[in-house]
Amino acid sequence: MEQFEFNYPAKRKVLKKSHVGVVGSGDLEVLLEPGKDAAASVRIRTSAEGFKNSWKAVLDRFFDRYDGAAHIEINDAGATPGVVFLRLQQAVEASER
Amino acid sequence: MRDPILTREYLKRRSFIELSARDRAKCLFDSGTGLELAGPFDRIESPWLAMQDVTPEADDGCIVMRGTIGGQQAVVIAFAGAFQGGAIGEVSGAKLTAALDLARADNEKGIRTNAVLLLETGGVRLQEANLGLAAVAEIISSIIALRRHAPVISLTAGTVGCFGGMSLAAGVASYVVMTPEGRLGLNGPEVIEEESGVEEFDASDRSLIWSVFGGRQRYDQGLADALVDDDADQIAKTVRDLIAQGVPPVHRSEQIDLYRSRITALDNARQWNPEELHFRASQNKEENR
Repeated sequence: MEQFEFNYPAKRKVLKKSHVGVVGSGDLEVLLEPGKDAAASVRIRTSAEGFKNSWKAVLDRFFDRYDGAAHIEINDAGATPGVVFLRLQQAVEASER
Repeated sequence: MRDPILTREYLKRRSFIELSARDRAKCLFDSGTGLELAGPFDRIESPWLAMQDVTPEADDGCIVMRGTIGGQQAVVIAFAGAFQGGAIGEVSGAKLTAALDLARADNEKGIRTNAVLLLETGGVRLQEANLGLAAVAEIISSIIALRRHAPVISLTAGTVGCFGGMSLAAGVASYVVMTPEGRLGLNGPEVIEEESGVEEFDASDRSLIWSVFGGRQRYDQGLADALVDDDADQIAKTVRDLIAQGVPPVHRSEQIDLYRSRITALDNARQWNPEELHFRASQNKEENR
């Protein structure tokens, strides 16, 4: 298992938390909640080791559009980048519903 | 189900199996009453998995929800089959036991509180070995303490099934509900094959597996009380009906002599096939009438 953290600038306050997904093979769970300060932070725990660059690429792309000051925790069981991106979008959708 | 053709009704149904554990639990409650306790943001996760390089889940794969079902208080505990095969660890076991014990405490105060267990689990989580075994013992005691006051309903819809120690928990429940896709058994197919050889049980033979462990066989054997379609509305109605029915006059696990006589009557010197077991079960059912 590998763990890393990423930080991104943010503009908007996050009002509601959301939880999506499951730590099942090829899937992940995302916990999204209001961050402590005016920035976004992401903590990842993943069972697939050696993919830090892929995580950074997916998150860079996600935070190109998303500007919520969220603290995001990801527990991953080997999801592909596409699944990670969809789960992140789903978490945002659930928190803004 | 009896006729799984793509009829309009079949297409219109809402699959229960396709729902996540959380949504499965939620859909059993009276609309909007299901409230999750000790949820993912409480982060009560397994302390043992990360030490063994396994990614933990924030709710440890166990969802506890409280609300009303058919107007009565109820707690639903659902296991996420997708996380570690729904296996029981220290934390998920403690969540289940605590929920059952709180329900019992409410019953003792005169507030009738029913319990529904959604068991999609391979049994004890191997990474937590003895703690998982201890959890199973606690769960069984808690079910037996609660079932005097209010029904404890075990539901195994599939497709993980309910195996190992948790099949014992299902065995002491007041009612067992299954779908044809659900499976229930002590030793799972692969365990039997590994222990006794492929001649004894071929774990790659899906039709053999379902004809031995599947919901239809279990229902016909009298080891399940209700066989329902994979239909969320039908399953929710079955749970409501069983709660309305209340505590059964005799629990299955109290009928020791009946089940012991069935085992004694079975000649284990030869291999039985599922059809024979099925025929025998239907005869037993006739005798019980």
